Amino acid sequence: MHYFIHHKWVQFIALLAIFFVLVMAISPVSGGNLWRFQENIFWLLPDTLNNFLKYLINDFWLVETYDIELDLTEESTMIKEFTRSLSGVILFFINLIRELLLGGVKTVVTFTSWDFISEHPWARIPALPWTAVASGAFLMGHFLGGRKLSILAGGSIIYIAVFGQWTPAMQTLSFVLVAVPLSVFLGLMMGVFAYKNKTFKIILTPLLNVAQSMPHFSYLIPVVVFFGIGDHAGAISTVIFATPPMIRLTILGLKKVSPEVLEAGLMSGCNPRQLMFKVLIPTARHDILIGVNQVIMQCLAMAVIASFIGTKGLGYDLLVSLNRLNIGEALELGISIVLIAIVLDKLSLAWANKQADYFADLPFHLHHKYSLAFFGILVVTSAIAYAISLFFPDKPNYLYFISDTQGLTTKNFWDTIVDWIITSTYQSVQSFNVFMITSILVPMKEAYLAMPVAATLFLVTGIGYLVGGLRSAIIVAAFIGFIALTPWWDRALITAYMVTFSTVTAVIIGCTVGVLCSRNTRATRVILLVCDTLQTFPSFVYLIPVIMLFGVSDLSVLIAVTVYATIPATRYTVEGLRNVPQSLQEAASMSGVNPTQRLLHVELPLAFPHIMLGINQTIIFSLFMVIIGAFIGTDDLGQLIMQSLSRSNGMGQGIILGLCVAFIGLAVDHLIHTWSDQRKQALGII
Amino acid sequence: MIFLKKIAVSTAVSSLVLGASMAQADSKEPIVIPTHNWTSQITMAYVIGGIFESIGDNVSYVPADSQAVYESVRNGDVTISHEIWQSTFGKSFNNALDAGGIIDVGNHASPTQEEWWYPAYVGELCPGLPSWKALNDCSELFATAGSGGKGRYLDGPMDWHGQETLDRIKALDMDFTAKFAGSSGALWAELESAKKDNRAVVIFNWSPNFTDAGEGGSFVEFPEYTPGCKMSDGGDGKCGSPPAGWLKKAAYYQMPKKWPTAYKVFNNISFTKSDIGNMAALVDIDGLSHEEAAEKWLADNEATWKKWL
Repeated sequence: MHYFIHHKWVQFIALLAIFFVLVMAISPVSGGNLWRFQENIFWLLPDTLNNFLKYLINDFWLVETYDIELDLTEESTMIKEFTRSLSGVILFFINLIRELLLGGVKTVVTFTSWDFISEHPWARIPALPWTAVASGAFLMGHFLGGRKLSILAGGSIIYIAVFGQWTPAMQTLSFVLVAVPLSVFLGLMMGVFAYKNKTFKIILTPLLNVAQSMPHFSYLIPVVVFFGIGDHAGAISTVIFATPPMIRLTILGLKKVSPEVLEAGLMSGCNPRQLMFKVLIPTARHDILIGVNQVIMQCLAMAVIASFIGTKGLGYDLLVSLNRLNIGEALELGISIVLIAIVLDKLSLAWANKQADYFADLPFHLHHKYSLAFFGILVVTSAIAYAISLFFPDKPNYLYFISDTQGLTTKNFWDTIVDWIITSTYQSVQSFNVFMITSILVPMKEAYLAMPVAATLFLVTGIGYLVGGLRSAIIVAAFIGFIALTPWWDRALITAYMVTFSTVTAVIIGCTVGVLCSRNTRATRVILLVCDTLQTFPSFVYLIPVIMLFGVSDLSVLIAVTVYATIPATRYTVEGLRNVPQSLQEAASMSGVNPTQRLLHVELPLAFPHIMLGINQTIIFSLFMVIIGAFIGTDDLGQLIMQSLSRSNGMGQGIILGLCVAFIGLAVDHLIHTWSDQRKQALGII
Repeated sequence: MIFLKKIAVSTAVSSLVLGASMAQADSKEPIVIPTHNWTSQITMAYVIGGIFESIGDNVSYVPADSQAVYESVRNGDVTISHEIWQSTFGKSFNNALDAGGIIDVGNHASPTQEEWWYPAYVGELCPGLPSWKALNDCSELFATAGSGGKGRYLDGPMDWHGQETLDRIKALDMDFTAKFAGSSGALWAELESAKKDNRAVVIFNWSPNFTDAGEGGSFVEFPEYTPGCKMSDGGDGKCGSPPAGWLKKAAYYQMPKKWPTAYKVFNNISFTKSDIGNMAALVDIDGLSHEEAAEKWLADNEATWKKWL
């Protein structure tokens, strides 16, 4: 008897039984608060929050500003002045890098004025010829990482230029070159501070969780109101999104530094600052670099979304071409985004791993040979570009700048392929479409919506208790209870149904592919590269072809979500299996198991906690993409988040809706992490 | 930090010196023009920018979400908005007007229509169109997997005018359900896919739009619109949308003071239906970039825009 009461599976079945009894017992008509929470004081929260934010930016701490040009004294607020100056600084740096690459006047304006520029047409920064930038990329690649890196970096720049994407790509690059260092710097500083100060860490952790799992759309409007619209606004929302992984990995890396290293540093007489910057951070370099890699990926993943609030570049062009159904063009732009991500990632990695040569005592020209070579190339390429425009003034100057209508393009090729896929598979896909929608998706959605709120809360709290005891039960109940109190419970159920469906599909596909690929080292390398590429490839590009095949329906959204969510499931399965200690594998082989038995009884169980983390990521990815699915047309939380862009109380509503989405993710995240930690401890692989 | 302060101070001081001497003329600070994600709007942005530049002003362009842009105009981060569609953006625009900081700068000459629409070949599949009764009679042609046997009307995003669509279907007792697409891109994708398959679709569309060119299509004819006929205005809801809706322009409230000449020009600017159609066609059909299309339009139509100066 005792065994049965305490065995988790029996408890779980009992939990499910009570859940179903509750579902049966509570009727939608007479259930009242047990069926759905009725309107309560909590429903005022979005408006209250909205009014509070408006008060903060419009009425709190008034100051007077004087507009010299109009000779007017105007009222402003301290917060507005502060956020706008901050925006100005970020914008200055973005413009500086952008104008060094593309030319322009705004940097000059910062030090003079618009009137000065209008009177002196010479006062502008000229654009660099693309040939100079490409040679620079070759040189930098060679300097940091040798021949391979040199070819990758230079080749990518040539691709971008030759395909006529110079302007948008350099705009994106200048945006990224500000957003990435800013995120890395902030992440490193906050990580170090959290490592040193326990209280700060306790406050920071929940904020990081929320910032990482809030859908970006929910904080676009607040960013626009507080910081204005433009490249800086995109950069700020990118920093909000990209800094958390950097902080996490910094803390993780610093924690892993072994006490011996620390002691050695102290014995050599380091002061605290030297200890941090000369001992701890260099030792924790590996994890910090993974953080930098994550930041770069996240920044480029934001390129499209940031264009909603004023970021110019590849992301904006991609949205425009998708809206015109130019899938081929969108694909090319997407490839450029991926290339920029890969090149920056590899360059930063090589830079961080490059050891300074303290003993070389070289003469000036050898010590600075790369800078000198670049300077030489700059002069030569500029001279060539100038000479060509002098001799052929009416011809387009291909060695200086290639505009988007002059460049090569493969878009007709891609358009034909997409066209062919759609026309030739349309009929066969339709029976699948009808079957999925009528027999699986609609019934599943109705089942989710038929759950009384009391039963759902009971179920999730019970699972929390089974997984992590009372603490988890309270945490999960609080997250889900918050959503139940808002007016959007039904919407959240629809989101949950879509996330469940796509997660299950993605995990089945991802784990299968992962297991198969992990059997072979080359396949492992290839699949990891594919995962990296797809992760930075803008997911918006899938949306349009999917609609063409499956129409505006839940199925379209779910297919797009599944494609995206399969990435982490695959990656973590491969990594988990690869990291199973060699000694254990050999021990198993020596005990005489065949490869299949070894996979099933040794490798998979050992890799399982790591695979669970992959499933966790799959859920987070699904949540993100389901929200983006609102662009196809959904009726879940995502649709409301999109709507909040045009509502007068949009700021408050957007943020609360974003929190609802974040809390779904965090509840699942908490459960899986707790469980996975327990398993790891039990298996002794921490 | 000192460096940053210097940047701020130098901007302030320089604008003080040069600004004082030019009380009446337009400020040289750039007029910020938003670009959204459809062709005619982007080309028109560059056309208007070109007109402002011809009177010696500076302009800059910023990509913005078409619903969120009014908040930015109110704050002065964006100076103008030049394509405000009645039924699609009317709500966001009116919210911003109520909140203050934005001014209504009048309408374009072009009338606009926003209504249920079908591509030309659908007229053959369902004889009797464009009458809404005929449409209702062939509702099963328009059924999809998710529509439960009824015809499916693909509307724009829910927040454009979703409630009105639902009201109308109910008031006219139509055998249709409405599905809300998430973006205009989704509408065009569905339209393109239906064309390939010669399948019947009825979607939300507007004119002037790129669909006016080529094979074209027609708007469904609903019972005539009369002021106050919509349910939200207290009517019975048995009517279509207004046959000639407005297309407005708006500006930041400081624009008349800061750029008086440009404001006057902007006030005069008024594009006709064929102007807007041409701007879109230069990009969508002739394959020019948006900037080139704007240059070409300005060169070809000098007579039109010179009289606005």
